[in-house]
Amino acid sequence: MDIPERVLQGDRLALARLLTWLENDQPRGRAALDALFPHTGKSHIIGVTGPSGSGKSSLVNRLALQLAQADGSQPARRVAVLAMDPSSPFSGGALLGDRVRMRDLMECPEIFIRSMASRGALGGLARAAGELVLALEAAGFDIILVETVGAGQSEVDIARLAHTTLVVEAPGLGDDIQAAKAGILEIADILVVNKSDKSGAESAAHTLAAMLEIGAELKAETSAPQAAWKVPVQLTSALNREGMVSLAAAIHEHFTWLNASGEWERRAQARLEDLFNRLLRERLYEDWQRSQPQANLSEALQSLRKRETSPYSLIERLFS
Amino acid sequence: MNRKIRVLIAKPGLDGHDRGAKVIARALRDAGMEVIYTGLRQTPEMITNAAMQEDVDAVGLSILSGAHMTLVPRVLELMKANGQGEVCVFVGGIIPEEDARELEKLGVKAVYGPGTPTTQVIADLTQMVEPA
Ligand SMILES: Nc1nc2c(ncn2[C@@H]2O[C@H](COP(=O)(O)OP(=O)(O)OP(=O)(O)O)[C@@H](O)[C@H]2O)c(=O)[nH]1
Ligand SMILES: [Mg+2]
Repeated sequence: MDIPERVLQGDRLALARLLTWLENDQPRGRAALDALFPHTGKSHIIGVTGPSGSGKSSLVNRLALQLAQADGSQPARRVAVLAMDPSSPFSGGALLGDRVRMRDLMECPEIFIRSMASRGALGGLARAAGELVLALEAAGFDIILVETVGAGQSEVDIARLAHTTLVVEAPGLGDDIQAAKAGILEIADILVVNKSDKSGAESAAHTLAAMLEIGAELKAETSAPQAAWKVPVQLTSALNREGMVSLAAAIHEHFTWLNASGEWERRAQARLEDLFNRLLRERLYEDWQRSQPQANLSEALQSLRKRETSPYSLIERLFS
Repeated sequence: MNRKIRVLIAKPGLDGHDRGAKVIARALRDAGMEVIYTGLRQTPEMITNAAMQEDVDAVGLSILSGAHMTLVPRVLELMKANGQGEVCVFVGGIIPEEDARELEKLGVKAVYGPGTPTTQVIADLTQMVEPA
């Protein structure tokens, strides 16, 4: 049986191999994703971002279990986790350690976890993250949790990939002005203040809620109020397993709002266009590079280095 | 194309010393590999399930507890059952010579005692593993 068929039938090893091919940008990965594409688009993609050490992995560990199990309002769901950690800019290698915090999940073999290195991409997400998510969708996971590299500064990429973005903060990681400056609050659909067991968590939650209110007021001046989603602030302790039922409920509420408001479709469309645009850019660049005689290019780069030509006029010349 | 050797470094069993595992994880990262580190006290089931989901090229087991003759064969057996019999498995720790020979017969690719230079592990892995 071939890989796409095996993935559709729930073969985990086939899925894992496909993820590797996609990560490495191998042609057979693209061919497999071609076949699987009609089976994508049904999963709820949840981004988990926030500063390093705020407890994203620890939270995912508890939250994935909460979301996987049936509760009063929800049936049991199939959950996958895609966890990003940074690559070393020096060696190109990576130490992927998010699993250390996901011990409970590792005891549940039905929850699929994949660690991914950022491989030089900026903005908290690896370049191929979108393609890996597509493969996980085709494999039939109802919920895909995507943990970004910890940074805390404008990880807009995750907001464009996910239907629902959780921004995870923790007490003692910076003040409200830093949060406002970093733009991290703007991408939050749900703001989580983790480590509620520590002092300062509640006051951090209040401060952040006030910041969110300012943002919401400014937004209301420019957009239709009836469609607005009010970003909730959720206090959790991944350490003590507190706040998970409430957080899962907030996620479900957002899911309901996404569908009712038409945002689900809009975000799905934007995500696919992002992927298409990126692939198009890469293709155009590759084709162009291949069409250039090698001597041409290195000569041009020489004149750049000698400062005989500016980058602008060099591009004009290459395209004239 | 951007292929990287992916290695799972795991600590099966109950001993709580993971310095050796951390040193080798760090060294492999610095050699350009992608290392998935899973932390302490992993069962063979957890390790092999992670190895499958992560589609690794190699699995390194760090064992100081003396339980290697039960843990390692179990890991090998589960990996075969999962369709990962080809994945390179290596072991680090305090392993008596005859046990090492026995483990190699069962399919372990290399056994490293305390004080093995990390450069040797890196060289061996690079040679043994062809990334997917
Ligand atoms: N007190 C307390 N500590 C926590 C809580 N959640 C996580 N931690 C601790 O915070 C540290 C960082 O947790 P991680 O889950 O690794 O944080 P992260 O955001 O995933 O970190 P990166 O992936 O490196 O960005 C660990 O030492 C955790 O044990 C919590 O609710 N309360
Ligand atoms: Mg993490």
